Amino acid sequence: MRFDQYEPGDFYDELFLASGQPRLEAVPLIERINSLSMEELQQRQRAAQTALFQLGVTFNVYSDDQGTERIFPFDIVPRILAAKEWARLEEGLKQRIHALNLFLSDIYGEQKILKDKVIPEELVYSATGFLKPCMGLQPPQGIWCHITGTDLVRDRDGQWYVLEDNLRCPSGVSYVLENRRVMKSTFPLVFNKMAIKPVEDYASHLLETLLNLAPLGLPDPTVVVLTPGMYNSAYFEHSFLAQQMGVELVESRDLVIANGYLQMQTTKGLKRVDVVYRRIDDDFIDPLTFRANSLLGVPGLMDVYRAGRVALANALGTGVADDKVIYAYVPKIIRYYLDEEPLLPNVPTYLCWEPDQENHVLANLDQLVVKPADGSGGYGMLVGPHATPAERENFAERIKANPRNYIAQPTLSLSRVPTLFGDRFEGCHVDLRPYILYGKEIYINPGGLTRVALKKGSLVVNSSQGGGSKDTWIVQ
Amino acid sequence: MLSRVASSIYWLNRYVERAENIARFVDVNLNLLLDSPVGVEQQWAPLVMTTGDLELFKERYGTATADNVVQFLAFDSDYSNSITSCLRLARENARSVREIISSEMWERVNAFYLMVKEISQAPPLSQLPSFFAEVKLASHLFAGVMDATMTHNEGWHFGQLGRFLERADKTARTLDVKYFILLPSADDIGTALDELQWIALLKSASGYEMYRKCQHRISPQDIAKFLILDRDFPRSVQFCLLQAEKSLHQITETTPGRWSNPADRTLGKLRSELDFITIEEIIKRGLHEFLDDTQIQLNQVGRGIFETFFELQSVS
Repeated sequence: MRFDQYEPGDFYDELFLASGQPRLEAVPLIERINSLSMEELQQRQRAAQTALFQLGVTFNVYSDDQGTERIFPFDIVPRILAAKEWARLEEGLKQRIHALNLFLSDIYGEQKILKDKVIPEELVYSATGFLKPCMGLQPPQGIWCHITGTDLVRDRDGQWYVLEDNLRCPSGVSYVLENRRVMKSTFPLVFNKMAIKPVEDYASHLLETLLNLAPLGLPDPTVVVLTPGMYNSAYFEHSFLAQQMGVELVESRDLVIANGYLQMQTTKGLKRVDVVYRRIDDDFIDPLTFRANSLLGVPGLMDVYRAGRVALANALGTGVADDKVIYAYVPKIIRYYLDEEPLLPNVPTYLCWEPDQENHVLANLDQLVVKPADGSGGYGMLVGPHATPAERENFAERIKANPRNYIAQPTLSLSRVPTLFGDRFEGCHVDLRPYILYGKEIYINPGGLTRVALKKGSLVVNSSQGGGSKDTWIVQ
Repeated sequence: MLSRVASSIYWLNRYVERAENIARFVDVNLNLLLDSPVGVEQQWAPLVMTTGDLELFKERYGTATADNVVQFLAFDSDYSNSITSCLRLARENARSVREIISSEMWERVNAFYLMVKEISQAPPLSQLPSFFAEVKLASHLFAGVMDATMTHNEGWHFGQLGRFLERADKTARTLDVKYFILLPSADDIGTALDELQWIALLKSASGYEMYRKCQHRISPQDIAKFLILDRDFPRSVQFCLLQAEKSLHQITETTPGRWSNPADRTLGKLRSELDFITIEEIIKRGLHEFLDDTQIQLNQVGRGIFETFFELQSVS
């Protein structure tokens, strides 16, 4: 009996109600694992890792000049969610994306929300993700955030919170697809027994979402994936998605503006490109409009884009809506545009730009998590309870120097999932990133990427910070 | 297909083929030394001449000793045409088109790269012969895997084009240098040493046994004829040109005998010249001049391919 010794502890455990008492939806899996010998289980874990490596599911490490790719650590114990609970998350996410999209249209259009003083104007203009050149932009079908990866967490009491909206170039969906492929050969019997919602049609939905942006009436629009190149840490995913959709993977050096259109250089001459799934950041996309020194973009693309002769997914300028200060206003944004109460709450957030809140943050640094407003990937944040006094001191200086750029949140006790370490299971903290596509309607891939903090006790799940991943099962 | 992708598959194959050819002529020279009588000066400089980078070598290493030349041609990661560099570049090109080529091709070139990289960090001189044998084998393995696992589509033909143009160039260069070195020593003609060196030349093109089957006697003229004009031997210049032309016509969808761009015009001209020229005419013109001219035309073909298919068109 493998789980005899497993202790869920004083946390919300995703698979266990209490020691020795699995949640209803996890019972078939727990029984199956208990029927395997530890040796067999470890062997399956190794086989899964090997399979992922051979599939090439790797990420590049920036500081590594050896050209080595590393595997994103994978654990074979999945996180399981009941379909009913998932349906509630789905509703909440749809509501949120719907509202954020309306917010983007408004901010780059009439700015009614600023005129009505729901959000202080200077907060929007000072957000690094706010792009002035996007004012007046009208992306096809009025959709801005076509592909979103929203980070959700669950606290000790089981309550879900939205931690971050990633509205620019969220990555990780290739792990969802490849993890699932590997899990099917790891636990085939369990898949037979449990009704697990399939995730494999993501690429088809993504292609549909992108085709939806092509100029109407074009018989055979050309869709491409734009990558910064093979040294980018997510290059595997870019090439994987292009391959799965059967479209070209292009770099900026393949692209040129000619005759008023974006064109790619082929062996048979120039070919017009209609839709770009771009995996490079906004400010790199056109050196004439944004960063002049960017080698990743295409000079003149912004003009073609503004003229509606090429569609970009996501639209440019979406970063203003996932700024961590604007994040604090999302509940207000939902009420303002939809006249509804938010279904998914935010994590309570202190905004350092407001003096009394800044004082509270500085006085309670040992209990809070502090993040830069425009950061991602877990870089540049402070986990107060785990930091040394010197680190906190250093961070306090940074906050005082630039209060607009910092927010603080209480340290949540993230929920845990049992994870295999050697010959025993230990609870590890997890978050969840579902992938949301906004095409003709809003589609959410069932489940998403469960990221797990593999360093003991750690709360940081980012792959760049020693995190790993698990498969996510939505079961009836 | 995307120009960048076509270019990457083309160069992937050129670099693998280049590494193989370097292994070939270094290996043969090592063998030759074992047979040379004591007191005969070791000939290492011609090897570097074959690559066309003698100047660079002299600047970096000075004298052409065995150690220096092997280090330069096989393991010098700062020299862009060393075996090590070729594999690094081949792998880099393969990696940028992983979603286009077969995964088996990627695995082969990756394993090839790792093998070369490991040995280049501490090259054991005693194991050099087996290293060069491994390089040749790995190159053959790659070509075989590509032939058997990748659809013979446009991209595949760009790969073939790269491989055969590189091989034609290297065979011509090797022959040129050997002929240049071997002929002036009039005293040695017809001696045992002379014959050994011609055999070495054939062996560096894996051509010794195949040559014997059709020519029997070792004669400089017949060897030159075999390595330039033979239509069936897979490392002869003419064989390579025929294969390259076939792939180029598949890419441009023109019929043989016609041309649609500078690349297939130059290649077609060169190939048809070799169709009808005799070895006697070549010798009369001067073998060195002929080979030199051939290399110039091969370079033109390469430039034509770049301009026609790979280069970003300037936009007005």
